[in-house]
Amino acid sequence: MRRIAFSKLYIGLVLVIMYLPILLIVIYSFNESKISSVWGGFSLKWYEMLRTDRAMHEAIKNSLILGALSCCAAAIVGTLGAVGMSRIKLRTKGAVEYLSMLPIMIPEIILGMIFMTFFALVGLPFGMTTLVIAHTAFCIPYVYMMVKARLAGMDASLMEAARDLGASPWRVFFDVTLPLIAPAVMSGMLLSFAMSLDDVVISIFVTGAETNTLPIKIYTQMKTGLTPEINALCTIMLGVTLIIVTLSGILGGRKKGDA
Amino acid sequence: MRRSNRRGIPHGFLMSLPMYLFTLFFVLAPLCYMVILSFLTRAEVWGVVHEVTLDNYRNILTPVYLKTFYESLKLAVICVVLIILTGYPFGYFMAKLSSTWKRRVSMLLMIPFWTSALIRMYGWIIIFRSNGILDKLLMGLHITKEPLKLLYTYPAVVVGMVYALVPFMIFAVYSSAEKMDWSLVEAARDLGASPAKAFFTVTLRLTMPGLLSGVVLTFIPSMGLFFIADILGGNKVVLVGSLIQEQLMKARNWPFAAALSVVLMILTSLIIWLYRRVTKVRDLEGFY
Amino acid sequence: MGQSILTLQGIEKSFEETKVLKGISLEIGEGEFITFLGPSGCGKTTTLRIISGLEQPDAGRVFLAGEDVTELAPEKRDVNTVFQNYALFPHMNVYDNVAYGLKIRKTPKLEIRDRVMNVLAMVQLSGYEKRMPAQLSGGQRQRVAIARAIVNKPKVLLLDEPLGALDLQLRRQMQVELKRLQRKLGITFLYITHDQEEAINMSSRIVVMHDGVLEQVGTPDEVYYHPRTSYVAQFVGNANILTGKVVERREGVLSVQIGQEMVCVLDDGSASVGEMAVIAVRSEHILVTKERASLGLAALVKEKSFAGGMLRMTLVLKDGKALIASRHGIDADCEEGDPVFCCWEPEQAVLVDGREQEGVTAQK
Repeated sequence: MRRIAFSKLYIGLVLVIMYLPILLIVIYSFNESKISSVWGGFSLKWYEMLRTDRAMHEAIKNSLILGALSCCAAAIVGTLGAVGMSRIKLRTKGAVEYLSMLPIMIPEIILGMIFMTFFALVGLPFGMTTLVIAHTAFCIPYVYMMVKARLAGMDASLMEAARDLGASPWRVFFDVTLPLIAPAVMSGMLLSFAMSLDDVVISIFVTGAETNTLPIKIYTQMKTGLTPEINALCTIMLGVTLIIVTLSGILGGRKKGDA
Repeated sequence: MRRSNRRGIPHGFLMSLPMYLFTLFFVLAPLCYMVILSFLTRAEVWGVVHEVTLDNYRNILTPVYLKTFYESLKLAVICVVLIILTGYPFGYFMAKLSSTWKRRVSMLLMIPFWTSALIRMYGWIIIFRSNGILDKLLMGLHITKEPLKLLYTYPAVVVGMVYALVPFMIFAVYSSAEKMDWSLVEAARDLGASPAKAFFTVTLRLTMPGLLSGVVLTFIPSMGLFFIADILGGNKVVLVGSLIQEQLMKARNWPFAAALSVVLMILTSLIIWLYRRVTKVRDLEGFY
Repeated sequence: MGQSILTLQGIEKSFEETKVLKGISLEIGEGEFITFLGPSGCGKTTTLRIISGLEQPDAGRVFLAGEDVTELAPEKRDVNTVFQNYALFPHMNVYDNVAYGLKIRKTPKLEIRDRVMNVLAMVQLSGYEKRMPAQLSGGQRQRVAIARAIVNKPKVLLLDEPLGALDLQLRRQMQVELKRLQRKLGITFLYITHDQEEAINMSSRIVVMHDGVLEQVGTPDEVYYHPRTSYVAQFVGNANILTGKVVERREGVLSVQIGQEMVCVLDDGSASVGEMAVIAVRSEHILVTKERASLGLAALVKEKSFAGGMLRMTLVLKDGKALIASRHGIDADCEEGDPVFCCWEPEQAVLVDGREQEGVTAQK
């Protein structure tokens, strides 16, 4: 009995430490004073500042576009890839699978570096295009793995039954496979989107002079001198994350109840 | 073979074609270029000269850069040890909770996990800043007399790294301990093993795959997360990651950066290879 | 037997290094209810998958209604399958599941509706259209799977151990229903099972498969009463197999010498005097008596057990071989360890193919 109490205490303590930095940011986003060690009273002025900060809006917009494009591209390539790979027996399959997983296996810095030098080599102009390619590269593995796991747990005779009833392989994909792997595709996309939205390291290397993403902007601000405006932004992002996590939790929970 | 030529390939291959092409163009080709680049010579002002040389690799062997590798590895090892010490018990205890609490705790873990790492690091800046929260707390409790000036120190970097990476370990250990058959532990106890003995002979062995995959998942990024060292360590802690970034962006010595990356890549591949040898699993556990 | 609807010619198939089909040739007539009977791993499911197109044979041809379909993709073949685990699409309701094949063939909506409703009525599932597969019982899922296949009016319906997952009572009921359905539709049914009782009950013809070859093809009567090989005798009829030398032929009866004793067997002309012969006698045809007769074998009662209204005796012959005898009722005039004498009517014992089959265990 005492051991259980101890384990709960430990979990609680670690969680508190985990939330502490986040909580501080939320608190200080309402701080009137610019200096984080001084509490100058409640204020919404940093939110107001955020509302009018054009450059920040641009960065947010860029990040959202980037996240959406790369997670959609990854969803298409990764899903088709996982389904296609499960249907073929090629010698190169294992190698391609391994290579395509590399972007999340190797340190981000290497990925950033190889993309930067490669894009310079082939002469792609740095900007949104290069960002989307780079982000798609590290989003594909998430979708691929999720879909692959789901396919592995799926009854192969369902696909055979559809073919037996007259469906062409592509028809089988759209009528049977896709609806059944949809949850995996969705969670892969969600994860990809979050990863894309969060990425600093790779983005720094492949972005152009004109294209700022949100993490890059926060990073440069952190290095040059912070304004509590970042706190306000972080709080908002936190709120959005919270809503997404809760929603997916509720949706996931409901699905479990159905099955 | 006759069979696959006749059918099977066309649609299956067509479906995986985008992935084949993408991987070829945007993973394999850049990787190859990195290797090639590492053998080329840096141009005087800008770009590279197509002269094959081993200088870049020789350069790495100079004490300054060797020390960077050593420091990176040291930091990674320290971080991973601390991550195991904090994350393993968490994952283990979590697996013993009731299913409602399991759901709640994993939900609570998800939120920081999904929150931008940068944002969370910023929270630590507030804590570590001189005369910041931690200093005030410690001075208020009369543990220390003056500000510790923890920001831009080695411990700050370690804390930041552990903090950023510990969820990976927790999830890896948890998914392994979750699947574990607890009756085996009971059997060990029943056969006369003390709780500690049962833990080390049964529980630890059975959760080893999770622990190992947690190690891989945290060790590899901890060598490349230069931005944490940058934000919390100032310029005091130089890692391979920071070095590569510096060589790329500031010194503009691409061949040298490529050589550094190749070495780092070999190091990481070695770890992954070792992991696979030991556990004989292909996919990392709790990896998502 | 009607016109030939399905022809297999020398089908061979290997997986990795193992050869699972070693040249299967068979003609199946229109409207037949043909059952592939064999233990698991004998190649019957592979044969079925080759017919449906889900597997490709390494050698041999498949003809459907005279047309060579060997190269044809499964979706282009006019056969449908009822899968062992039903394989109902979990994200579609009963109606959509059944209508799937028709929708793909671009059948007009109204016609789809008529046919689906019709076939659902046929399998007694009217009113279940909106149910999801997860909300159905095993037996109901089974019916949906059958409905989904027959609604397309295939030339041949393939059924892969469709009743395997059901309990005994439901199985018996479904056997009757399937037979009724087959008669009503007139579609050729190709049925797979490892249950000899099921095969005998339902089929117009039985194909006994073993180890990738067809052991015997015949009506249930033929297979049961005149097994061609010792394997068929054992698997289908739980028969005892004895080996001896033919010493005399007289009036349609052969006398066979086993050791120092003589037994009789029906003469089908397949063995001549002086040759070795393999005899199959089913356990229920062995008479166990205390008196000695001129023809028969002496034995000791080793074990008695009573199951399913049958008394089962394991006897040990002089040469150490075991013999199973069974009969109705529990009246046992002999005890374990008693010396007895066993014999049979000449017409109850048949000559079978001499290949000795090791390790055959007929399933109950």
